[in-house]
Amino acid sequence: MEGLKVSDANLMVCVHPSMSRRVSQAVLHQLSSLLFKFNESFDGVVLAYDVGFVDEAAKILPGILPYFGVKLKAKMLLFSPKPNMLIEGKVVKLTQEFLHVIVLGFASAIITREDIREEFAYKTKNGNGVYRSENQKHHTLKVGTMIRFMVKSMDEEILHIYGTLLKDNTGSISWLDNESTGGPITDRSKKRSSENHGMTEQQAIKDIRHADDQLKKAKKRRTVEQP
Amino acid sequence: MIMDMADPNAGHQQMDEVFTDNELVHLVRNALKSIVLGDGKSYHDLIGVMHQKGPMSPDEVAMLVTCLKALSGAASSIDLTHHQALLSTIFSMSMWNYVPEIMDAIIDLVISMAASNGKYVDPCLSMLIRNFTPPYSFLRMMKQPRGLSIKEQVLSRVHSALEGISRLVPLAPMVLLTLIVQRMPRQNDNEDVLLMYVENMFRLESGSIGHLVGSTMFVAVVDRMIDLDLDIAWEDILQDDAGKGIFQLELDEINEIDDEIENDGNEPLGAQMNRMGVVGNAIAEKLDSLLALTFGHLESCKEQGRLNEVFGTLLNSFQTTVLTAYKSKFAQFVMFYACALDPEDCGVIFARTLLDIFVCNDYPPMTRMSAVAYLASYLARGKFISTDFVVEILRRLVDWCMDYCKIQNGDTNPELHRSFYSGCQAIMYVLCFRMRSLVHIPGFKSQLSRMPLESILKHRLDPLRVCLPSVVEEFLRQAKAAHLFTVSKTFVFDNLPESELSRTFGGLERLDMFFPFDPCLLKKSDRFVRPNYIFWSTVQTSFEDEDVSDQDDDEEGTHDGAMTIGDQDGFDIDEFDNALNKMSITPKNFKWGGDMQPLARMPSKLRPSTSPGSF
Repeated sequence: MEGLKVSDANLMVCVHPSMSRRVSQAVLHQLSSLLFKFNESFDGVVLAYDVGFVDEAAKILPGILPYFGVKLKAKMLLFSPKPNMLIEGKVVKLTQEFLHVIVLGFASAIITREDIREEFAYKTKNGNGVYRSENQKHHTLKVGTMIRFMVKSMDEEILHIYGTLLKDNTGSISWLDNESTGGPITDRSKKRSSENHGMTEQQAIKDIRHADDQLKKAKKRRTVEQP
Repeated sequence: MIMDMADPNAGHQQMDEVFTDNELVHLVRNALKSIVLGDGKSYHDLIGVMHQKGPMSPDEVAMLVTCLKALSGAASSIDLTHHQALLSTIFSMSMWNYVPEIMDAIIDLVISMAASNGKYVDPCLSMLIRNFTPPYSFLRMMKQPRGLSIKEQVLSRVHSALEGISRLVPLAPMVLLTLIVQRMPRQNDNEDVLLMYVENMFRLESGSIGHLVGSTMFVAVVDRMIDLDLDIAWEDILQDDAGKGIFQLELDEINEIDDEIENDGNEPLGAQMNRMGVVGNAIAEKLDSLLALTFGHLESCKEQGRLNEVFGTLLNSFQTTVLTAYKSKFAQFVMFYACALDPEDCGVIFARTLLDIFVCNDYPPMTRMSAVAYLASYLARGKFISTDFVVEILRRLVDWCMDYCKIQNGDTNPELHRSFYSGCQAIMYVLCFRMRSLVHIPGFKSQLSRMPLESILKHRLDPLRVCLPSVVEEFLRQAKAAHLFTVSKTFVFDNLPESELSRTFGGLERLDMFFPFDPCLLKKSDRFVRPNYIFWSTVQTSFEDEDVSDQDDDEEGTHDGAMTIGDQDGFDIDEFDNALNKMSITPKNFKWGGDMQPLARMPSKLRPSTSPGSF
């Protein structure tokens, strides 16, 4: 899955004097307020961080209140989907008009009918909606399916992604992977459907390592102000 | 097409034509597109259908349902800029005005919109929150069965919609939290609206997204309680100085629940709390109802086995808001009741937390004094608190005071040693209430003698002279009667409940006279609290004089009787009142007030009552 990256960041967290006995707690509290929000400085949604203190000493900052600045080195896991990236998510709602998908458990994505390629026809099966490919009978999209789709745009404020399933390399992940490996459908699809959730995360970790190698030299200097 | 559909005259003929869902969605989508191109006819017809209010015929209902369902399907085509009129129509719909079929359609539409475009999450959630409470015209109907059934129809759908949106948009609860707190009715708003809103908050707390939003709900409710509490002026409650006859005050309390409040102006000073001020006070009634609602919810949390986690939130909220509020009057009873529901865990945690705050130097003196005042009042009043635990806490308090004494060389200085004096006063106050029951415990006396209590009280810092005189007097009286220890010098307080010194250590905030768990004056809340509460009048007081002690045997039975009645859970208040009337509880040497008038209803066996009707 694209869109995930790990960045190294040099941070400074400003800690209020009342927290001087509980610096770790204050730092973690401040960093956790960044989670699941789009951050312009990092150019992505902060998903996780791994932080280490640079120095035992901290500089007291000038100002009305004597905040002190704690320097940190952090590894930030960021989610930053850009147009035309391929990302993966789980279908949670399916109607004739759109597909609603949840990505990485927190971001919601929508794919409207116009953005689903013609080969997928909407059918009702046992009272539930399903998109079935007219070319490949086994290629179905229903509630619970993990799909790979292309990013059209993202609203950074509310973390809402608009996606498309127009390209051929998009659709149900299990079917796409089967196609690419050319293995027997039955066993693999069963195995994959039970490991779907795990697969996404493993895939994400592979991508992280790959991104990590690529971005290792890209160090960004960041300053975070305590509100 | 839509115009034809909307036209009631053409209605029947058109209705015979069967439109598939697809076609309807297509129609609506075209209407939405056409307004962008300048042709707004179908679009405005659509809005016209949605504006229908009042009693509707089955056809009209079907029309509205159809339009809403079609809009659901076309949700992704609704544009924020071009379809303002439609959006404001949708978001101003109140489900309370419609039949269940329309309610369902509205819900589906709102969920679809929230899922289709992140920008609609905010207004969709706001719309659902607005539906927590009915329009004002509806409020009167809320007490009737029909109103209640509509309420359940609406609220069950609203909450399932909130849960539905949370499933589809995982970050929605984050937005929901902020919106709910922002839109919470203020203390001046209508009482029924406030209560219904809070009911919804509690419903969310116990629902499927409770683990995400629950703690914020509780914090917001406690904040609102404090807002109401602070709006009740102390002058509304007290006619005179609170300190006067603090132990005597409650003797009149118990009989006054449903009686007329007699206030003939000849009452001794401070002998009677003026409940008239509280009864007529709208804010107090609002707080009362809110507290009662919260107590009910805590009971259901207990039944579901969630009280421990909820208590954690309440305790944090208490420390942040209630403890630091200036002399909170009733809001703190939330903690009292939560502890009463679970004495072994919550009850213990509460006391230990308060004690930890008191002994910790990190907290400012005001907070520490406030904490120990809460602790003392809690230990004195909590019927559910075991005597062993009281002894444990007392021992820690005594140890702290002892350690403090050891490092002091100076003389009495009420302001400098205020924490110390508040600690000593706390010990004495608790012992005033618990002495009798503690003395019965075998070995307690020896435990107490091992506690350096006497040396603390007789230390150079002279807490007996600085602490609140009424507390000191009562404590010394009981200590003497229980043969704990005696003081050689007599304290002359001139029957004053407070002194210059106690005022000094109490500071501007008068924390020397702060007894936060004094009887709850709010009617509805009191019914919850009462069975778990120790009233001063049920406490067996030791008697000073030898004469009195001779008659102890005669009174033993009645005292035990009083104790038994007091111990029963959910006892009958009338029966209790009768029993109270029959027994002797007034000590022979009546020092407070001086005038027997207020005690006319509770005659003393020792001293014949002057009031004929009291037997």
